[in-house]
Amino acid sequence: MTITIEYYLVLSAFMFLVGVAGVLTRRNAIVVFMCIELMLNSANLTMIAFASFLGSSVGQLFVFFVMTVAAAEAAVGLAIIIAIFRNKLTVNIDEINILKW
Amino acid sequence: MRELIYLTIILPLAGFLINGIFGSRIKNEKVIGIIGSGVIGISFLIALGAFFETLSLPAEQRQIIVTLFNWLNVGGLNVSFAYQVDQLSLVMALIVTGVGFVIHVYSIGYMHGDKGFWRFFAYLNLFIFAMMNLILADNFVLLFLGWEGVGLCSYLLIGFWYDRKFEKSTTSDAAKKAFIVNRIGDFGFLLGMFLIFLTFGSLNFNEVFSKASTFSVPASVYGFITLFLFIGATGKSAQIPLYVWLPDAMAGPTPVSALIHAATMVTAGVYMVARCSVLFASAPQIMIVVAIIGLMTAFFAATIGIVQNDIKKVLAYSTISQLGYMFLAMGVGAFSAGIFHVMTHAFFKALLFLGAGSVIHAMHEEQDIQRYGGLKKYMPHTAITFLIAALAISGIPPLSGFFSKDEILWYSFANGSFILWLVGVITALMTAFYMFRLYFLTFEGKERFGHDKHPHESPKVMTIPLNILAILSVIGGFIGIPEVFSGEHGNQFHNWLAPIFKDADRKLLHFGLHSHFEEILLMVISVIGAAASILLARYIYLKKPEIASRTATRFKGFYNLLWNKYYVDEIYDAVIVNPIVTVSRNVLWKIADNKIIDGTVNGVAKLVDLLSSIIRKVQTGVAQLYALVMVLGIAAALLWIILSF
Repeated sequence: MTITIEYYLVLSAFMFLVGVAGVLTRRNAIVVFMCIELMLNSANLTMIAFASFLGSSVGQLFVFFVMTVAAAEAAVGLAIIIAIFRNKLTVNIDEINILKW
Repeated sequence: MRELIYLTIILPLAGFLINGIFGSRIKNEKVIGIIGSGVIGISFLIALGAFFETLSLPAEQRQIIVTLFNWLNVGGLNVSFAYQVDQLSLVMALIVTGVGFVIHVYSIGYMHGDKGFWRFFAYLNLFIFAMMNLILADNFVLLFLGWEGVGLCSYLLIGFWYDRKFEKSTTSDAAKKAFIVNRIGDFGFLLGMFLIFLTFGSLNFNEVFSKASTFSVPASVYGFITLFLFIGATGKSAQIPLYVWLPDAMAGPTPVSALIHAATMVTAGVYMVARCSVLFASAPQIMIVVAIIGLMTAFFAATIGIVQNDIKKVLAYSTISQLGYMFLAMGVGAFSAGIFHVMTHAFFKALLFLGAGSVIHAMHEEQDIQRYGGLKKYMPHTAITFLIAALAISGIPPLSGFFSKDEILWYSFANGSFILWLVGVITALMTAFYMFRLYFLTFEGKERFGHDKHPHESPKVMTIPLNILAILSVIGGFIGIPEVFSGEHGNQFHNWLAPIFKDADRKLLHFGLHSHFEEILLMVISVIGAAASILLARYIYLKKPEIASRTATRFKGFYNLLWNKYYVDEIYDAVIVNPIVTVSRNVLWKIADNKIIDGTVNGVAKLVDLLSSIIRKVQTGVAQLYALVMVLGIAAALLWIILSF
């Protein structure tokens, strides 16, 4: 059995949907973060699959960018979450509604 | 000098600005008074210079136009700040600045100690500025600027003592009345102006009038133009039915009354009709209306004047009556006679008002002639000058009023009808009667004032103006000696103004020649009548005072009718003012304002509030909900893209 690109895409789509569902439903901010990482990784998977399929290195190049940005984002995001936790003593998103006017 | 005529407009404006801006800081009454009067005095000298220069030129060179700058240039309308110096505007300019100057000087004495002294002089200067614009304008728009300007100034000056009571209300109400009644007339004037522009394509006097004397325009158009213009004139010059503001104008300080009545505002309507004589001559039916309205005004105002007890009220009705004569003159085509009467009337009416002011001043604001009497002893200057003015207005020869009034009566007989003349003469007799009633009750007979009053002659700054005006009232008529007496030279005043009115005269149908014998006969009749009226007044009010009160009780109904001024104010209140107030209060305020306008405004606010209360539910502050919306949005967008392939 050869593993065609469809397998990669389906897996990637599944991972993405899991990520989306996690972002929309989970209350813990850190879990939400992990779900976002999951979505980013599913996108990375897609890009690598296409890079291999098309025989081009552009997709792989993009993956490095995404990983760099994701790492930076995680660092900043965690800092924000810690700051919020210090103020509110919770990281449950539904209890943090300071964006509301 | 003629090219400098614009100074007679700029100087009063400068006086207004100086006194208006710095007056409260100058404080010194002398300085303020000298600035205020000085600018008018200099203007008078300039006007005088312009007059003599014009006089020395041949008749065809006597009109010039001094253009200052272009004002409006829109579409076909071209209006400049341009002033026309000609025979008519020079006569008016001399009256306004000359009599105006005398009144200014008098005001220095009269307004002494008033807390609004500087304000008063600023307003007076502004008044002269507006009036000079009105009479020197070479187009209708600039004339209208002055026209509105004098309306504004009359409002400011009538309500000058805004915190004082006046009759049943306050002086502010009197000022408002003058302003609003004038607005009605101005509306007519504006319509006339629009129609003129529509018909002739211009608002420039020379263009309009030269076209009017050659163009063939339907008579009905002329009829409407002149009717509208005349409505404007009835407002400004206090004719039936818009005269009601003038008696209330007495609420202002007395020099204001003198200025409004003699030199400025009320003569504006007469001047405007004279200026538009060509248009009026083209609408004979409106000429008849003008004559009849004028005569009715003259007659009814005179009947009211007979019973009034307020010294200034009598004079106010006398003004309305005399203005009626002027319009009678306009109506029968005797334009120069009308302007002549404007001039002589300016002299003796200013004198009468200033004399009345002097009396009021001496009697500590007492204005009821029933509480005067015997004042001649205390204030001889005022008494003698007042007597001269009363004789002049009564038409006793050879004082100025005789010449101008009899010229009008003569023309109304020659160009009009016997009825016009007869009613005119009866009015003249009534005039003589009530003027001398006023004189006898004030200056002669027993003293009827309390011991708390100590009448005294006014200071020189007030009596000298009286003397100047008295001299003018005596000799002013000689420049218009009628042809009967002056021989082949004819009436000098008439000759001077003839070029202005020649187009109008050509259009008018003059009736057949009348003999000089008739003219003299009519004069004799009116002089004898006037003299008899004076003697009758003397008999009733000096010899047998009880006759007056007995007659009043005998004809109580009629007396009350006159006393209440034919209930015109009450009729206006009932027919116009009250319905407007009621409708405003119940319909306009409660329904239109509260329900419709407020309802719309509040409704919009409520609608926004309602919408936002729905949308507000979406904004929860829960980031996940926003993310959900975003995801759904993206999903929908993707779906749409896919389906559209």
